[in-house]
Amino acid sequence: MSTVTAEIPSRGIRVRTPAVDPATAVARARPRISLGETISQTFSMAWRALKKMRRNPEQFFDVTLQPLLFTAMFAYIFGGAITHVAGEAGVKSYLPLLIPGIVAQTVLTTCMSTGVQLREDMEKGVFDRFKALPIARIAPLAGPMMADLVRYLIAAGLTFVMGVIIGYRPGGGALGVLGAIFLAIFTGWAIAWIFTFIGTIARNARSVQGISMLILFPLTFLSNAFVPVNTLPTALADFVKINPVSHLVSASRDLANLGVISGEVGWTLLAGVVVIAIFAPLSVYSYKRHL
Amino acid sequence: MTTAASVSATGLVKTFGGLRAVDGIDLEVAQGEIFGVLGPNGAGKTTMLKMLATLLPIDAGHASVFGVDVAREPHRIRQLVGVTGQYASVDEDLTATENLWLFGRLQGLRSADARATAADLLAQFGLEEAANKPISQFSGGMRRRLDLAASLISRPPLIFLDEPTTGLDPRTRGQMWDTIRALVADGCTIMLTTQYLDEADQLADRIAVIDHGRKVAEGTPDELKTSVGNSTLQIELAERADQDLATQVVWRVVGREPVLTPESGRINVPLETADAAADVLIGLRQAGVPIAAVSVAKPTLDEVFLTLTGHDTGEADQPADTSRDDALLEVR
Repeated sequence: MSTVTAEIPSRGIRVRTPAVDPATAVARARPRISLGETISQTFSMAWRALKKMRRNPEQFFDVTLQPLLFTAMFAYIFGGAITHVAGEAGVKSYLPLLIPGIVAQTVLTTCMSTGVQLREDMEKGVFDRFKALPIARIAPLAGPMMADLVRYLIAAGLTFVMGVIIGYRPGGGALGVLGAIFLAIFTGWAIAWIFTFIGTIARNARSVQGISMLILFPLTFLSNAFVPVNTLPTALADFVKINPVSHLVSASRDLANLGVISGEVGWTLLAGVVVIAIFAPLSVYSYKRHL
Repeated sequence: MTTAASVSATGLVKTFGGLRAVDGIDLEVAQGEIFGVLGPNGAGKTTMLKMLATLLPIDAGHASVFGVDVAREPHRIRQLVGVTGQYASVDEDLTATENLWLFGRLQGLRSADARATAADLLAQFGLEEAANKPISQFSGGMRRRLDLAASLISRPPLIFLDEPTTGLDPRTRGQMWDTIRALVADGCTIMLTTQYLDEADQLADRIAVIDHGRKVAEGTPDELKTSVGNSTLQIELAERADQDLATQVVWRVVGREPVLTPESGRINVPLETADAAADVLIGLRQAGVPIAAVSVAKPTLDEVFLTLTGHDTGEADQPADTSRDDALLEVR
């Protein structure tokens, strides 16, 4: 590792600040943080997270490779099986069902890493300073999540692009696809609060990964993302029906394939709001307690 | 309000599991002074600072900073206190400028002001040339300086420094001392922890000695040093059996009890002046006590500890065991 040496002034370091007056400082110290300050601090934290992403481009591997790989894999593995049964038009007719499902899956996988990265970040010294600064406790958590919106956008957008390349023609047009992307990003951001919460309670980054997997798999596979609900046994079908991911997938299909804003969109938004309402306060509470 | 002490604490307690890391400490730090907290590793210095800086909840007792209650108004405390920890708390992935800019923005500075403040601080701390280098390329001393600079952005009237010079080379350490003195000249109050007696001696107006979560002594550096003598005569006896006789001789010559070090056969004699060493040695010769080795040294932290607590700093033996013994005594 190389080390930079800075020329140090020979007389030692002189600090020239105007005199500090405790009485003024005490009078100026405000008892709490305003909403405006909270938002501005969250944006500063998001700026930090974006800088870090640019410095560590390998963080973009999952959001770029996964959509490309999964879309092609699922289309040809499952699509092939379906073609075998249903004939030539199989893959083409499976794509409108599949692509919104993959969008949901990639965005969810992406938001799992939010928790892992937060945990890794929290173990670094700079979080000690964030704790000591007079800033909103939610800012260090919400900032990186805002930066992650970029990752969800890449993941969702690339999945649609890949879909179009292998023959998907969204009936809902560009507007419908944009609507589906927006909905996926919102849901990803909402569900990321679950993983953020796990990030604040788990012992280390590795255990965050483990716990998150346990949550992620049922959420994505026990949904209508890849198979029709009516092929499942009743107990599973019941869970699939209340799973927010199912609502996201149905809503995305309606938007991207039909250009219709169905009731499913409402359910998806509601589910997202409920998840945030539960897990955002829990995360902040646990962040304040444990570190 | 203006005359309120910088830090005022009574009966501070912090418990981790069964261990009382901080066990009823009272402190009163006046405005504009450098207050040193001296103690070995694991004495509870850092824990105490963290409680005062709202980084750890206070289990029992009361603390206020400039009259503001620490437990009840943590947000106001965070605006009054700058904290520089033992390990540089700056972002490794950002450059020095970006770090300071971020901390400035977080504390409500406008973007341009934050940039100006960052440039100004980097210049004052001799870091301009490294301003746009990532922190991962910084040396230990540069990190410390950047860390201290980051604590000064909002110009807090009280600054906590947790072992500010541990691991620094002598030159960088001297510069850090200059910086600390300059901060006080500007009206800051400094509370610093250290393991080094000479650092506390050089810098602090008053010192509290902490051991096993308790305050065992408090005073000016001179007061503390007189309590252990200005220098120490270390004698290694040729025959261990002579230890009792040697103790009696020392008592007769200098009028105080020598301190027996853990290695048997060695005695330390606290002296007012180094001259008295000759008297002790002559006394031992006349009593027929053979000596293997002799040295005269300034008192070390170890000796302050031996004198004040009856045990050494615990660096050599198992500190975990001694603290457990203490916890057991607590229960009884």
